Order: sequence, then C-alpha cells, then structure tokens
Amino acid sequence: MVSLGHYLVLSGLLFAIGAAGVFMRKNLITLLLSVEIMLNAVNLAFVAFGREFGTVDGQIITFFVMTVAAAEAAVGLALVIGLFRHRESLNPEAFTSLKW
Amino acid sequence: MSALIDYLLQPTTIAYLGVIGVVFVGLQLMAAVMVYAERKVAAFMQQRYGPYLVGPKGLLQPVADILKLFFKEELRPKASDAILFTAAPIISVAAAYLAFAPVPFGAPTDFFGLLPEKLPLQVSDVNVAVLVIFAVASMGVYGIVLAGWASNSKYSLLGGLRSSAQMISYELAYGMSLATVVMFAGSMSLTEIVEAQAGYWFAGTGFGFIPHWYIFPQAIGFFVFACAGIAETNRAPFDFPEAEQELVAGYHTEYSSMRFAMFFMAEYINMVTVSAVAVNLFLGGWHGPFIPAEYGWIWFVIKLAFLLFCYLWLRWTLPRFRYDQLMSFGWKVLLPLATVNLLLTAAGVLYFGL
Amino acid sequence: MAFEALLFYAFAAVTVIGALLVVSQRNPVYSVLSLVGAFFGLSGLYVLLEAPFVAVVQIIIYAGAIMVLFLFVVMLLNVPREDAAEWDRSHPLYRPAAVRIGAVLALLMALELGWALSRTTGLTAVVGEGRPAASSVAELGRILFTTYMFQFEVTSILIIVAMVGAVVLARKRED
Repeated sequence: MVSLGHYLVLSGLLFAIGAAGVFMRKNLITLLLSVEIMLNAVNLAFVAFGREFGTVDGQIITFFVMTVAAAEAAVGLALVIGLFRHRESLNPEAFTSLKW
Repeated sequence: MSALIDYLLQPTTIAYLGVIGVVFVGLQLMAAVMVYAERKVAAFMQQRYGPYLVGPKGLLQPVADILKLFFKEELRPKASDAILFTAAPIISVAAAYLAFAPVPFGAPTDFFGLLPEKLPLQVSDVNVAVLVIFAVASMGVYGIVLAGWASNSKYSLLGGLRSSAQMISYELAYGMSLATVVMFAGSMSLTEIVEAQAGYWFAGTGFGFIPHWYIFPQAIGFFVFACAGIAETNRAPFDFPEAEQELVAGYHTEYSSMRFAMFFMAEYINMVTVSAVAVNLFLGGWHGPFIPAEYGWIWFVIKLAFLLFCYLWLRWTLPRFRYDQLMSFGWKVLLPLATVNLLLTAAGVLYFGL
Repeated sequence: MAFEALLFYAFAAVTVIGALLVVSQRNPVYSVLSLVGAFFGLSGLYVLLEAPFVAVVQIIIYAGAIMVLFLFVVMLLNVPREDAAEWDRSHPLYRPAAVRIGAVLALLMALELGWALSRTTGLTAVVGEGRPAASSVAELGRILFTTYMFQFEVTSILIIVAMVGAVVLARKRED
C-alpha cells in the first residue's frame, strides 16, 4: 500500500545522499554525479505529486528538469575538462588560488 | 501459491511462455543462420564457393564455429578490470535481446481457437514501444564503451570510444525517423503502427494494388532509418571502429572464446532487431497479399529475410567510410535530412490529413 | 496491491543502493555505472507511478546520453582514482570536518522532513487513488505545447547555448 509519503521519504533520502556526496567527495566528476542524484530526487517528487493530483504537470516539469540537467552536465563537464588541462588534477582542493 | 499454479497452467500463460521461448530461441537461431548466410552470400558475390565441407552445402558450418568458440581458451589480460571485462559482453547481449521484446512478429492470434482470447505475438505490448526500442539501443552503447575501457589497451579504448561516439551520433537521426512514422500512425505502439498499414493506398481506383505501407510516402525516412540502423549496429559501410585492417578489431581485440562469441551474437541480433523494426515501421509488418491474416508471420519472415540480405549485400559491395567521413555524414547530412523530413511530414499530416 | 508494494520496495532499494555506491566508490567509472543502475530503479518507480513516457525518457536522456557523456569524460581524462593513501588513511565517511557538517545537515534535513510530513494530511492514502492517471503521450504533448509553450521555447534556447558553450570551453587552444 504505497502512499505519497513513501515517495516523498524516498525522494528526501535520495536528496540527502546527493547532498552528502557533494560535501564529502574530493573528485570533481563525482561531485557532478551527486548533483545529478539531487536533481533526480526532485524529479521523483514532481512525478509523485503529479500522480497524486491526477495531472500531467508533474511529468512536464520533469522534462524541463531533465533538459536543464543535461545542459548543466554538458557545460559542467566542459569546465572540468578545462580545469583538468590547467592543473592536471580533479581534486577541488587544487583550485584554491583565490582563497585569502 | 495454488493461485500462482492455477495462473501458470492457464492456456494463455502457456502460450505466452511459448511465444517468449520462440523469440529467444529464434533469435539465437537467426544469429547462427546469419553466420552461415553471411559467408555464403559473401562468397557468391566474390565468385567463389563459401564453406562447403562441413555438412551438405556447408550447412553445419555455424555449428562448427560455435564448437570452436566453446573450446578456445578464455583469456583475460592481467591489467584489465575484471568485473567490467566480463560485464561488458553481458550488457551488449542483454541489450540486444531486450530490444526485440516489444517487436511484434505476427497478428494477434488465438492459435485456431485454442485460446479464449487473442494473444499478441510479441513479448511485451507496451504502448510506448517505439521509445523502448530507442532506449535499449542507447543501452547497447555501454557494452561497447565498457569493453574498450576494461581491456586496458590503447587500441581497444580508441576503438570503443570511436564506436560509441558513432552510435550516439546516429541515434539522433534514428529517433527522428521513428518520430515521422509515429506521426503517420498516431500511436507509439508497434502493434498499432502495423495495424495502421493494412489495406491499400488509393483503394478502389486503378492504383489500388499499392499496399498501405509507410515506405511509399516516407522513402526519405526509410533511407535515414536504414543508414542510422546500419551505423547503430556497426556494420559496413559504417564499421570503421571494428575493421580488422584499421584498428586491430577495435573494442573486442582482447576478447576470446565465449565473451567474443557474445559480442558476435549481440551484433547479429542487433541486425535482426533493426531489420524487424524497419519491417514493422515501414514495410507493413505481417500484412501481405495471398496469405490469410493468421499466417502473417510468414510475410514478416520473408520481409525480414529480404532486409537482412540487403544488410549483407551492402557489406560486401560498398567500401568503408573513413571515421571522419562517417561522423560528418551523420551530423551534416543525415541529421538535417531527418529534420527536414520531420518538418515536411508534420506539415503534410496537418494539412492533408494523411 | 501487495505486489505493487513489493515492486516499490525493490525499485527503491535499487535506487538507494545505487546512490550510496555513487557516493562511496573510489573508482569514478564504478560511480558512473552505479548511477546508471540507480536510474533504472528510478525508471521503474516512474512506471509504478503510471508515467511510462517519463520512465522511458529517463532512460534515453539520463542513462543513455548524460551518463555516456560522463563516461567519455572519465575515460578521456583518465581520471585518477582519489588519492589512494588519503583514502586508506581515512575513508570520506570518517573525515572529521565533513562528517560533522554532513551529520548536522543530514540531521536537520531529516528533522525538517519528518516535521513537515507529520503535519501534512492526505499522505497515507494510496497515491492518487480517486483520480485517474492522465498520462497518455497525446495528453502530455497537448499540454506541453499549449500551456507550457514559453518554457519549451526557452529550454530550446538553453540547449543551444549549452551546446555552443560546451564546444567552446572544451576546445583545444590553438597555440
């Protein structure tokens, strides 16, 4: 007997895992992957709410989120490639030259 | 538990399991038949005999090939990634079999009254079947790119990356040509698309013998789909990444015995799937004259055999594209062609109500 | 009904385990593949929510395109594994600063979510019981191109900008 609460708890759990990944990982690519997990958690919440109220708006917003995630992943990875060429490292702690 | 056993013993379930078994075994048999047919057709086109020693007219050659592959030594390079090295061919083969699941190969039949209701002759009748095939084709890319990476060898990695870049480039044109057919039929379910191709164009007039297949208004779409399909399956003339002379067999260089056999089989089953989807989308599926609807699968097999023969014909007739020519063809020729075709089809469907 | 609950828990387990593996694997290729597995679980959940189109589009776009892009970048850059010595010294889950911040954040989020959910009504019925699922592809297309037309056009501009930006940023210098 799966209720909306189940889906929301799952979505929150995934979001928390993604956020934890962003804070704990020291690799730019895994960081981007954790951001993708967060975006997917939000997608799940949208579709669950869409089903709850019987509209398709939830699914349509999901398309927009997916599209934005794709664009952001593409540009983010291009930036990662540029950064790697500059510093030969993917550790975010290697790019601290602007720290005071 | 007893409810489960009752459910399993119903004639519909048994027939459904029979259909699944036929599809599974049929795909493997098709792979074996294609191995033989490829060598024979290649031989006759090159004016020589093909295999003729093993069995009458060489018909047992695939059996000999498979036995040879069983007995070869299974090598795995020491520096290769153990899990991914074994997982890559499994992903390839799984995606190849999965892609055939939504494809119907005959009219819904009740096996001459044995079943209470008609059973569609496909493994699963989803109503977004066209998209499922597209999605599973995207999954096939993983098998190749992981094979290239897991072999931990320069040529394999290059071959794997090139091959997967080619596949994802041609997926766009593939998807757009699928979209044009969906616009004509008004549904994404393959069964409904085939049903929409029953009958004849210009029925009742002098030209009433032209079947209502979508290849006639969508010749460009069929061309785009054929090119994209051949590039998706990495077959000639788009097989640069796995050509023996250029890149030492590309992503499957380090593979031997059963893992190689799985890649081999995955390639042939992908060919069969692409041909089957083309038959269903453009050539009318199981509709055809002179045979009652119950035996439509005979027409399906005939059309499938014809398309597979065209695959072999193209391989042994056309020279290979170079990799940059291949990519520029996909992006600069096929994609704009598919887009323009999509726009024209949309305009035609809207204004002429086709 | 019970079968549906079983499927929900199975897909949810696949998704959560995939996400946890992404965050805790050392090898970035394994992280990407775990995320692909998590996406399959999510796709199953979408099918359970009677959104088959979103489920298939999730596979096509996320698992089939974005993750392949990630995999290409990982393979082209020959991404080094995270510093092995540091990893052996202290697994990310044991590093003090991260653990403190992470633990506080996670606790706050869990408390807030629990508080919000406990004060919401209508959360225990089966999802969308009384209302029919309006999820045919035709319906989706109709609403996408009428109500959400502006967002659709803006998204197309966004994609072009992202494409051009990615090509420019990742180009080799000509010097």
